[in-house]
Amino acid sequence: MKSRAWTEKFMQGVFFIAACASVLAVVLICVFLFANGLPAMKEIGFGTFLSGKIWKPKNDIYGILPMIVGSFYVTAGAIIIGVPVGIMTAVFMAFYCPKRIYRPLKTATELLAGIPSVVYGFFGLVVLAPMIRQFGRTMREAGALRSSGDGKSILTASILLGIMILPTVIGLAESSMRAVPIQYYEGAVALGATHERAIFRVVIPAARSGIAAAVVLGTGRAIGETMAVIMVAGNQARMPSGIFKGIRTLTANIVIEMGYAAGLHREALIATGVVLFVFILMINFGVALLNRRNSHE
Amino acid sequence: MSRNEVHLRQKLRTYKRTPGSFLVMLLVMLSAILTFSVLIFLIVYILVHGVPYLKPSLFSLTYNSENVSLLPALINTVVITVLSLFIAVPSGIFSAVFLVEYAARGNKFVEVIRLTTETLQGIPSIVYGLFGMLFFVTTCGWGFSILAGAFTLSIMVLPLIMRSTEEALKAVPDSYREGSFGLGAGKLRTVFRIVLPSAVPGILAGVILAIGRIVGETAALIYTAGTVADFPKNIMSSGRTLAVHMYNLANEGLYMDQAYATAVILLVLVVGINTLSGVLAKRLTKA
Repeated sequence: MKSRAWTEKFMQGVFFIAACASVLAVVLICVFLFANGLPAMKEIGFGTFLSGKIWKPKNDIYGILPMIVGSFYVTAGAIIIGVPVGIMTAVFMAFYCPKRIYRPLKTATELLAGIPSVVYGFFGLVVLAPMIRQFGRTMREAGALRSSGDGKSILTASILLGIMILPTVIGLAESSMRAVPIQYYEGAVALGATHERAIFRVVIPAARSGIAAAVVLGTGRAIGETMAVIMVAGNQARMPSGIFKGIRTLTANIVIEMGYAAGLHREALIATGVVLFVFILMINFGVALLNRRNSHE
Repeated sequence: MSRNEVHLRQKLRTYKRTPGSFLVMLLVMLSAILTFSVLIFLIVYILVHGVPYLKPSLFSLTYNSENVSLLPALINTVVITVLSLFIAVPSGIFSAVFLVEYAARGNKFVEVIRLTTETLQGIPSIVYGLFGMLFFVTTCGWGFSILAGAFTLSIMVLPLIMRSTEEALKAVPDSYREGSFGLGAGKLRTVFRIVLPSAVPGILAGVILAIGRIVGETAALIYTAGTVADFPKNIMSSGRTLAVHMYNLANEGLYMDQAYATAVILLVLVVGINTLSGVLAKRLTKA
């Protein structure tokens, strides 16, 4: 009997240690990123690093403002394109979809989430970029644009990211709309509202914090996306001057230059990662806050 | 729903009275059509352009610049997947067991673990890649190696496995546990002989989802497992997975045909893996 009690205790310890693994991982990630990134930031100067408009590693000039602005632009573009379509599709899934085709469509949105980002990037490279190039050329000939660019641009990256955040937005928005008690909808309809009015004036406002969480989570996806963006954004490290111009994001900056960087350049790239990490932590915090509020309501 | 059935003509008449609602309905339909047609277009486009290039030479045993065989990348992918799961699955399942079966309700430490898993889930893969490079490659001194890549990915999929195991364990009815205790089994015996076996489909669904993540991952691997395109000698040698292989092909722009073919294989693999996971998860909800 004694050995059995011992095994129980031992295994309980093992389970506990395993549970510590995720805590340990987060601590290690924070420590290693900050320890390797902050010294470089200090050396360059926090202000110069964050607000410098020029990134020229060869001349030891490290300003990541173009990349911060770049990440901001493509993320905003992705939200403008992806969120309305995503929420509307979620409405379709929750309130319009005939029962017979619901399962296949649900599987399809899950599929959209499973496609690897390189495949999205490749699709953007061979389909979207030429389309945008052609569109830019037509616009230039019509006199609306001065230069049309080569198709790898803010617009291309925004569209691609907008597609990529769709499954996140659809999935979460749909489940938060379904969580609204059906009486809300029925009450509205009984008062004479149309199907649409009941959904958009009663159900969606009731589900707003869940939908907000979906949007914030989609933002996190977009800002952290790397490979797909590299393949379609053009990656020029300069301040953006139009949506048909190329741009480099924070994530792209790391992957593109890490291969040959050394010394302060390498550390500046890690510091870029730190800036990205801080943005992501802030977004995570926002999601956690929204979720807490959801569970309280 | 039959009692609420509205005839199409009746519906149209209502819409005629409320053009705003009609417009909104059109927008909803349009959005749904757009979403699903983009998905269909993407898949069909890649299949149509990639399948003709699926030649036996793509799977040849030698890799050189004339014949960029994807067999080494495929083998690397399998090795990295197996290794990452070998690390992530036990720790993921054990920590879920701790959270569901052992931890007291309202335990502060449980809150901390929840928070960290949520954080891990939100971290983008490039940050994992940076961390893997700093920790496993440099600090541990493993260099660009399959081992470093596998460890990095195992941290990445850990929250996925934890979450799905947790859900699966919670779905096991308490009467199972009570029955087991009532027959005189200890806590440990109950967990391993009663609770975990009944949670297998849910756990498996999570593991398969994790495989999908690993197979499609690129950013976390470039600076941990490296991009060497040849067969690995051992787990300390560098090797690129299929997704990294595909990124390099597309980026170099020299082997677009092979890139299309690789995209097909990646797509089929990931779609197959996700479908399998969905089927298992469905069986769980039925049981």
